[in-house]
Amino acid sequence: MKFSFRRLLRQPHVTTGTLRNSFDRRSVVMTGIQGGIGLLLASRMTYLAVFENEKYKLEAESNRVNLSLIPPRRGWLLDRNGTPLASNRADFRVDVVPEQMQDAERTIAQLGRLLSLTPIAMQDLQDKLDKSHGFAPVEVATGLDLERFSAVSVRLPDMPGVVTQRGFSRFYPTGPSVGHLIGYVGAASAEEYEKDHDPVLITPGYKVGKDALEKIFEKDLRGKPGARRVEVTASGRIVRNLDTREDVPGKTIKLTIDAGIQDYAARRIGPESAAVVVMDCQTGDVLAMASMPSYDPNSFSDGIGRLEWKMLSDDDHVPLRNKVLRGLYPPGSTVKPMVALSFMEAGLDPNESVFCGGGLRVGNRVFHCWNRRGHGQVNMAKGIYQSCDVYFYHFAQRIGMDPIALMARRLGLGQEFELPVVGQSYGTVPDPAWKLRKYHKEWQTFDTVNATIGQGYFLVNPLQQAVQASRLASGKIIMPRLIHDQEHKETPSLGIPPEHLAYIHQAMSDVANGPGSAPHARLPFPDIKLAGKTGTAQVVGLNIGNGKGGQWKHRDHGHFISFAPAENPRYACAVVCEHGGGSGSAYPIARDVLTYIFDKQKGMDILTDLEKKWGGTAKERLDARYRAYSAQYGVGAPAVSSEEESRKVQEAEAAQEPRQPIVSGAQSPAPEPEAATIPAPPAPVAPQSAPQGPTPGAARPGNTGGTQ
Amino acid sequence: MSRSIVPEAISRQPWLMLIPLCALVSLGAAVLYSAAGGGLQPYALSHVIRFCIFLVMAIVISHMSRNLFRMAAYPVFGAILGLLVLVELIGAVGGGSQRWLNLGFMSLQPSELMKPAIVLVLARFYETLPHAMTASWRGLVPAGVLIALPALFVLIQPDLGTATAVCFGGVVTMFLAGLPLWWFVSAGGALLVIAPIAFFTLLHDYQRNRVLVFLDPEADPLGTGYHITQSKIAIGSGGIFGKGFGNGTQSHLQYLPEPHTDFVFATMSEEWGLVGGFFVLLVFAIVLGWGMSVARRAPDRFSSLLAAGMTATMFFYVMINLMMVMGLAPVVGIPLPFMSHGGTSMLTNMICLGTIMAVNRWNQGRGSLA
Repeated sequence: MKFSFRRLLRQPHVTTGTLRNSFDRRSVVMTGIQGGIGLLLASRMTYLAVFENEKYKLEAESNRVNLSLIPPRRGWLLDRNGTPLASNRADFRVDVVPEQMQDAERTIAQLGRLLSLTPIAMQDLQDKLDKSHGFAPVEVATGLDLERFSAVSVRLPDMPGVVTQRGFSRFYPTGPSVGHLIGYVGAASAEEYEKDHDPVLITPGYKVGKDALEKIFEKDLRGKPGARRVEVTASGRIVRNLDTREDVPGKTIKLTIDAGIQDYAARRIGPESAAVVVMDCQTGDVLAMASMPSYDPNSFSDGIGRLEWKMLSDDDHVPLRNKVLRGLYPPGSTVKPMVALSFMEAGLDPNESVFCGGGLRVGNRVFHCWNRRGHGQVNMAKGIYQSCDVYFYHFAQRIGMDPIALMARRLGLGQEFELPVVGQSYGTVPDPAWKLRKYHKEWQTFDTVNATIGQGYFLVNPLQQAVQASRLASGKIIMPRLIHDQEHKETPSLGIPPEHLAYIHQAMSDVANGPGSAPHARLPFPDIKLAGKTGTAQVVGLNIGNGKGGQWKHRDHGHFISFAPAENPRYACAVVCEHGGGSGSAYPIARDVLTYIFDKQKGMDILTDLEKKWGGTAKERLDARYRAYSAQYGVGAPAVSSEEESRKVQEAEAAQEPRQPIVSGAQSPAPEPEAATIPAPPAPVAPQSAPQGPTPGAARPGNTGGTQ
Repeated sequence: MSRSIVPEAISRQPWLMLIPLCALVSLGAAVLYSAAGGGLQPYALSHVIRFCIFLVMAIVISHMSRNLFRMAAYPVFGAILGLLVLVELIGAVGGGSQRWLNLGFMSLQPSELMKPAIVLVLARFYETLPHAMTASWRGLVPAGVLIALPALFVLIQPDLGTATAVCFGGVVTMFLAGLPLWWFVSAGGALLVIAPIAFFTLLHDYQRNRVLVFLDPEADPLGTGYHITQSKIAIGSGGIFGKGFGNGTQSHLQYLPEPHTDFVFATMSEEWGLVGGFFVLLVFAIVLGWGMSVARRAPDRFSSLLAAGMTATMFFYVMINLMMVMGLAPVVGIPLPFMSHGGTSMLTNMICLGTIMAVNRWNQGRGSLA
């Protein structure tokens, strides 16, 4: 028995019966396994379809439905009369979302062919793609005609990541004229998206404000995006629209700006590097705030291409800087009416005079008048309209610096104003305390001498100049305003006696209409007079250049502050002409702008003639320059890295703080500033019949050009 | 009973299995109709026509005699093996992998035909093997060679899914043939050891990737995990009663890959829900249960092994496909019998079915004279 059992172990005894038996058992096992797996499948399916039903329903829905945001139409920026300064125009556009592209190179090449993009545009597109962050859409082209738009639209299924859209794009009708005032828009950068996680920022076609008003009022202008729910296939083809929610356009913002004056002022600057500010000197409404040269905000909205960068950085006139707010300049003689006011306030009789023999000896030093031949006997009025330096040297010694600095601040110099702007450089009104604080040095006589002629440490921006002119004109604490719908508060008075103001007004009127320094600033109207004050600010010492010719960077700044009508001031205008070579470059601009305000046709005629000489309007010249650049450089312009780009923008935005080296002596005013450019008027101007009669006959008609 | 009314040729068909099967094919046709965007073309009509043709073929097969099957076993196996080699040669000449043989009027995939053929040849082998040798090396080695040869040829095509199916059919037949249990246990153990090694050395990159993705489909939802994820979404979003006929978004908007072939079950579930899914499972349970019962009732070793092996082959299709669409198995290109659109798989399954029907007929011929 034992034996046979061992044999069985070695070689199992197999018969038909045992095999049949084992088949039956094993087939039952097989059936069991099959049934088990069937149960497993059934329970798995129940789990998926019942217990996870909600989750998968949601996922199927999010597969099927594509929610696309419709970028909201940006709010318009209107001028005071309702003319759009920034509007939107209907637009066909193409964007790409880099992370959704499958074969980026091929897709871009195909788009380039379909849209017939120039090599320069292709290069800029490639630059933008290199800098892009995947999820954020990159603009390929805007302003397309229907034909090219449809050429891309029909091929969308073959080009994943490409988005075509009929939308709206920002439009600035006057282009470069409003560049610095309004700013521009552009696709949101990664940093902007980081700060503000509004999904509309990464919607193809949406642009955020990048500068100035567009940036300040971004939230108001943005509006609410609309949404479109569409059913899409896996490849992204839209099957049908499910529903659409319209976008809510952004708020319209009405500015105090007058579109016509703004455009005129900007264009009138011509080839100069200058800033013009026009204000309503009764309300403080800023009517124009132009800084040229500028950029065309229309062409910036698709990003700043290499060629545009090259153009901007090659231009020594710094087109990226808003000179109205960021430019700081020594005000030169434009401070003289203000200084004279402070003298009167301190009790000086305006008729008290001093003899100007071309200089003033103080101790063992001589401070020169700009007119080395001297002005003879000079009272306050003559000191202003002939811009006699000696008069101010002399009486400033007596009055002292502090009342002058106080008056300067009362009139708005050195002040920062509450305005919706991205930055203001407020400059310096020097006084002894300031100097002690900054340099730990005592105030010196020559410091006073320098300050009274707007040199030395004195630095102002063109907006302050305009505010100063407005306050001088109205005698009120005029605050500049940019937004139109603020309610009007009664502007408080400066507290300056009206007779003081009247005296100054008359003297300033004589600058242009009397025996003053700028007879050619007179308005071409018999009944409207302009009152103003010229200024020439030295940039380099006389040992380097005479300020008139030579290197552009070494030429004097030209200033002119003015208001009109002289008797009943309504408009104030300040012009700063950077390195214009003296006030002769500045006052014609102010004169023509004021001419335009009172008679548009007359103003335009003057401008049209001038623009013929300059080679077109600001926009036309900018476009011509771009064409010349693209012909010259093509795709050869160097790439601008993101760091370099931001560095350059910062550089331009940072206040142009002229170095303020410690001044160790009196600055000699530039001699005979306009002798070469301004011919003598034919005859002495008849004295004004003003009550104070500040037009002494001592005026030397042959010598009308000086400003310093 | 009703023999006087219904002709015997019809009444003798296994209607208890055939009627649910026809219902399943009809459901399949409906799903294919919907998958085509609501049209008989290109899937639904050809699906039904093929089924009808192959059903006739199955009935013809079922009328063949047991001796014909016995005699044909080795020649058929040899011929199909030859075709496999031929395919391999043509592929080598043409460059790249080739699975199809173009016969002019249709393209033939010999590896598919190998699935029933391996069962047939093994059933024949174990019938002729002296019973006493079943547990010896003589019961193992020749059978192993019979399986390994075609499996290798299919594997180098490369078609892991079909190779596995061939092995599965063969091994199940061996198991049912009564080979000692511990052989299977130790082979299974060895497989557990070898599988990870093979995974990292033998598999192609795309195959390895499929397995990895199966283990974690969400890791790469837009890449290779896409199939599994979308399939689960389709099944899960269907709920109990489904989204309704023609309303499946996953399939209609092309989120579901291969909605008419490998993922036809997901397409069905989305529109017919859990109810539809249970119906499909039930029909397969009926068909496969019928197949196993036919095998158990079979009088002799050849017929029982044949029927059980064929059932196992069909079962393998169903199991792998359903596990795949439900995210329980990696993505392998195995269609769902009777529902997926595709001629070759329908042919294979109908050959299996016809063979089981033949065994059923032999059973009736012997047992119930009444």
